Amino acid sequence: MAGLELRAIRKDYGPVAVLKGVDLSIADGEFVVFVGPSGCGKSTLLRVIAGLETVTGGAVTIDGQDVTRVPASDRGLAMVFQSYALYPHMSVYDNMAFALENMGVAKPEIDARVRRAAAMLRLTDYLARKPGALSGGQRQRVAIGRAIVRDPKIFLFDEPLSNLDAELRVATRKELAALHAEIGGTMIYVTHDQVEAMTLADRIVVLNGGRIEQVGRPLDLYNEPANLFVAGFIGSPRMNLLPAGVDAVGALTLAGRALAGVTPGAQLAGEAVTLGVRPEHVGLCAAPEADATVAVDLVEQLGGETFLYASGQADLKLTIRLDGQVGVGRGDILPVRFDRARLHVFDAAGRARPLGLAPRSPA
Amino acid sequence: MTGIARLFTARRGVGRLHWTDWVSYAFLAVAVVLMFGPVLWLVLSSFKTPAALLEFPPTLAPVAQKEVRVEGYPQPLPLFSVPMEDGTVRQLAQVRRVGIIAQMVDPASPAATVRVPVDKRTPVREVAFAFENYIEPLAKFDFLRFLGNSLFVTVVATLITLVINSMAAYALSVYEFKGKSLAMLGVIGTLMIPITIILVPVYLVVTEMGLVNSLWAVILPGAATPTGVFLLRQYMLTIPRDLIEAARMDKASEWRIYARIVMPLSLPALAVLAIFSIMWRWNDFLWPLAVLTKSEVHTLQIALNAFQGELQTQWHYLLAMTVVTLAPVAIVFAFLQRFITTGIANTGMK
Repeated sequence: MAGLELRAIRKDYGPVAVLKGVDLSIADGEFVVFVGPSGCGKSTLLRVIAGLETVTGGAVTIDGQDVTRVPASDRGLAMVFQSYALYPHMSVYDNMAFALENMGVAKPEIDARVRRAAAMLRLTDYLARKPGALSGGQRQRVAIGRAIVRDPKIFLFDEPLSNLDAELRVATRKELAALHAEIGGTMIYVTHDQVEAMTLADRIVVLNGGRIEQVGRPLDLYNEPANLFVAGFIGSPRMNLLPAGVDAVGALTLAGRALAGVTPGAQLAGEAVTLGVRPEHVGLCAAPEADATVAVDLVEQLGGETFLYASGQADLKLTIRLDGQVGVGRGDILPVRFDRARLHVFDAAGRARPLGLAPRSPA
Repeated sequence: MTGIARLFTARRGVGRLHWTDWVSYAFLAVAVVLMFGPVLWLVLSSFKTPAALLEFPPTLAPVAQKEVRVEGYPQPLPLFSVPMEDGTVRQLAQVRRVGIIAQMVDPASPAATVRVPVDKRTPVREVAFAFENYIEPLAKFDFLRFLGNSLFVTVVATLITLVINSMAAYALSVYEFKGKSLAMLGVIGTLMIPITIILVPVYLVVTEMGLVNSLWAVILPGAATPTGVFLLRQYMLTIPRDLIEAARMDKASEWRIYARIVMPLSLPALAVLAIFSIMWRWNDFLWPLAVLTKSEVHTLQIALNAFQGELQTQWHYLLAMTVVTLAPVAIVFAFLQRFITTGIANTGMK
């Protein structure tokens, strides 16, 4: 088990820069998830850590040791591939034993370790089978088993659940969380699925365009996104991002109307900003208190919750999440109000700005 | 068994035979005769005596004229059936022939001879296998040694070819290095140079190395075939990179990845190359003829050539030994043909 340090990692493929200077430190035993849209460099970053890609610049340190130039086979890490990459000509047992044989572990020790891992992953009955005779979920467990028998310094997961169907994905996600709780290793996990990121991670690293946008605990990213990208990326359905302005006295205006009680500050006066509000922080209200009036375009009744997709004047598009079942239909006109304490304001550069909230009037 | 029966009675629909069924079966029958006819004829002819081989019109089966020993004559006499004047047909042995009259004798009563016009009698034939066609060359002409030489060349050369070619193909398919495409181009380029062009320079090299009249002179020059490298490389490109990377993560050395991961997964392509190599080596004629001049190092193909003299050809030996030469390749093919079909399909080679 070990900590990892990345310093100014750069990776270019010819003229294309995939990683543009990544700094990150991961503590021993931490479960870190790299998340981002496709092409953001998250898989490349994982492969750099694994040693399967060389870096153009920067340094990788594991346990205080610089391993930037150390080949993958000597870094002592284990990786679970998206395709699982099980050796098709070997039995499940041999697949798991292969790394141990390469490390020169004694036969009885190999046997003990493989059987322990197989028991942990409920694979004992399948040890003699070839990967081709296993289901997707079983193959996935073999791939994980192959990693854990080695007792590696760090576990690397490259979108390990993306080839499973939705139900199995949820089940395997829980197993992974349980596995981390049980063996407690340092784990780095790449995914584009933010639900996996939110549920598994101790810390999430949001990547975009080869750079780290924000690093933090899942709820911190959710509650306090540092910029527009993270705000839009984390959360499902995504946060409503509304074009807004700041008037001369520093108060927020939405569609030309001042939003009472929200004053981002005079230094933004006259600038165009973006107002962010999550769907669950938009509520129905009485007409006089409304921040906006919208017409419902689409209603999704999920039983436990209801999603409304609505539009207002000046191209205002809102997604609204309401608890329970709501008797609203298409075409209904609704006055809505934003939860003042949960609003986010982003300046023209996309950075989050503090809200100058007026003290609440005693209700 | 039912599978074979179904195969041979397959038809387009149920009920009566459609005309396309007739055409298909006729075509298949012609194809079978065209492909297997000559081979069958070769095998049957290899059992014929020299006399039967030269007979006209030729026969398909190895038949020979029946001969009988008749009391009072030292040599066995050929037997003919002769229609007699009283209408009966008797089997008589020919003592001698004078002009158009044959002097014949009844084997049952050898005292009296009968004179018969030659166009009246017809030879009595029987099926006879001339096994001496096989036994004599194998024993007298040391064909077993040639068979051994051919086997040695084929097996050793194929093993070396598989090892060297797969290593080259591994490097050319898995690694990224400067000049990789140039190396590949060079390999493909040499595909276009036939052996006849480089015969003389290669011969000079082999002579300088003192390998003439050694089987290694046949084995070594062709060990690294561009065809093999190309075929294996194309196949190895289809092995997922993830597997090789997974093996690297599993602390496997490059040699171990080659031996434990890539080689087993390339088995279909290796089988195809093995079959090709066996056929090339076994049937190779020109190069062995050039470098193997002493008869004790001759391979089967050159030894066969020895039966074809300037003045006369010993067809009965030639045919028999041709069958001996064909048999191993046919057996290899029979056992490995399923690899050829899957392997060739997978390598994209036609």
